[in-house]
Amino acid sequence: MSEEQKAEKFLELFSRGKEFTEELLRENQKLRFRLASLETEQAAGATSEEVMRLRAEIQQLTDENRRMGMRFKEVEEENKDFANRYIEIEEQNNNLANLYVASYQLHSTLDFKEVIQIVQEIVINLVGAEAFSILLLDEKTNELKSIASEGEDVMPGVAQLSTRLGEGILGTVAKTGESYYINQDVEGGSLALDKPLAAVPLKIKEHVIGLIVIYKLLQQKDSFSAVDYELFSLLAAHAATAIFSSKLYSQSERKLNTIQSFLDLLTTSS
Amino acid sequence: MENANFLVVEDSPTMRQLISFSLKRFKNAKIIEAVDGVDALKKLSGPDKIDLILTDINMPVMDGLKLVSLVRQNAQLKNIPIIIITTEGAEEDRERGLALGANAYISKPIQSSHLIKTISELLAF
Repeated sequence: MSEEQKAEKFLELFSRGKEFTEELLRENQKLRFRLASLETEQAAGATSEEVMRLRAEIQQLTDENRRMGMRFKEVEEENKDFANRYIEIEEQNNNLANLYVASYQLHSTLDFKEVIQIVQEIVINLVGAEAFSILLLDEKTNELKSIASEGEDVMPGVAQLSTRLGEGILGTVAKTGESYYINQDVEGGSLALDKPLAAVPLKIKEHVIGLIVIYKLLQQKDSFSAVDYELFSLLAAHAATAIFSSKLYSQSERKLNTIQSFLDLLTTSS
Repeated sequence: MENANFLVVEDSPTMRQLISFSLKRFKNAKIIEAVDGVDALKKLSGPDKIDLILTDINMPVMDGLKLVSLVRQNAQLKNIPIIIITTEGAEEDRERGLALGANAYISKPIQSSHLIKTISELLAF
């Protein structure tokens, strides 16, 4: 083979090699493109899954948040209820303390004057009355007469108050044993002796021994409160018992002194 | 603050008992009672260090306003917080008490919760 033939052969081989290489490059290009497409598809697929997962998570958290919000409101309402209840119990404690002290004081002595003084203190300090009168019933004459009072300056005549059983509001309260309360704003107090703000019978069971009559409340108090009615009930029973016991005690003391003097006289004479 | 010593100056036994009853809400509180201003000054010079004085205004022998005035003039006692308790609701009485040096003013009938709140604020319980 001549040199020329060898060169042609080589060129032919070279051309074939070139074509083959070019074909390989094209194929490689196609594969790269396909690979890139597959990678993009794969990435896109992965993102949508993540989004779905995150969406589900957001939904779950939103539900949780809503539930927490509702629970928070419930707890807030419960707290408000507890706070209100606490205030109520606080008030109730206060009222019970007042009732306890009133009851304790009423039965702390058998001295008639002291008992009346205590009833006055309760009406002034616990009820908050500025003008009032305590009347006792004389069973012989059926007359109710004031034995202690406060506020003559704001309610003239309150110290000399008297009425007959069954007459007017006071007499009716004493006769029926039913308390009388004015059912309106009591600010300013009553203007007439026969129209009190409250008249409470002092009762031992059904037996009325007297009345507590209120005409004016203290300046800072514009109406009766719930505990006032409780105090009135307590006064109606306990003050009556205390007054009655102390009266009996005073009478028995006097009688005892008389008998003792009589006995002393007899002893001395003999 | 625990173990506080309170001096209750009030001529009415009913009110003294009621106030003392309310003060028992404070842990380990010691309640010393006096029947008027003179009795209160005696108790103030006693062995117990008083943390707060609650005094009525209208009392026999020495009233609450005179007591406030004397306590504020005394170098050893002048810093004791004082609450005035009275049946008077008028602004002028409140002003008189506060002008003499009282720290707070409570009107009768006393609400226990109001009394506790006022004391707690004064003593920063």
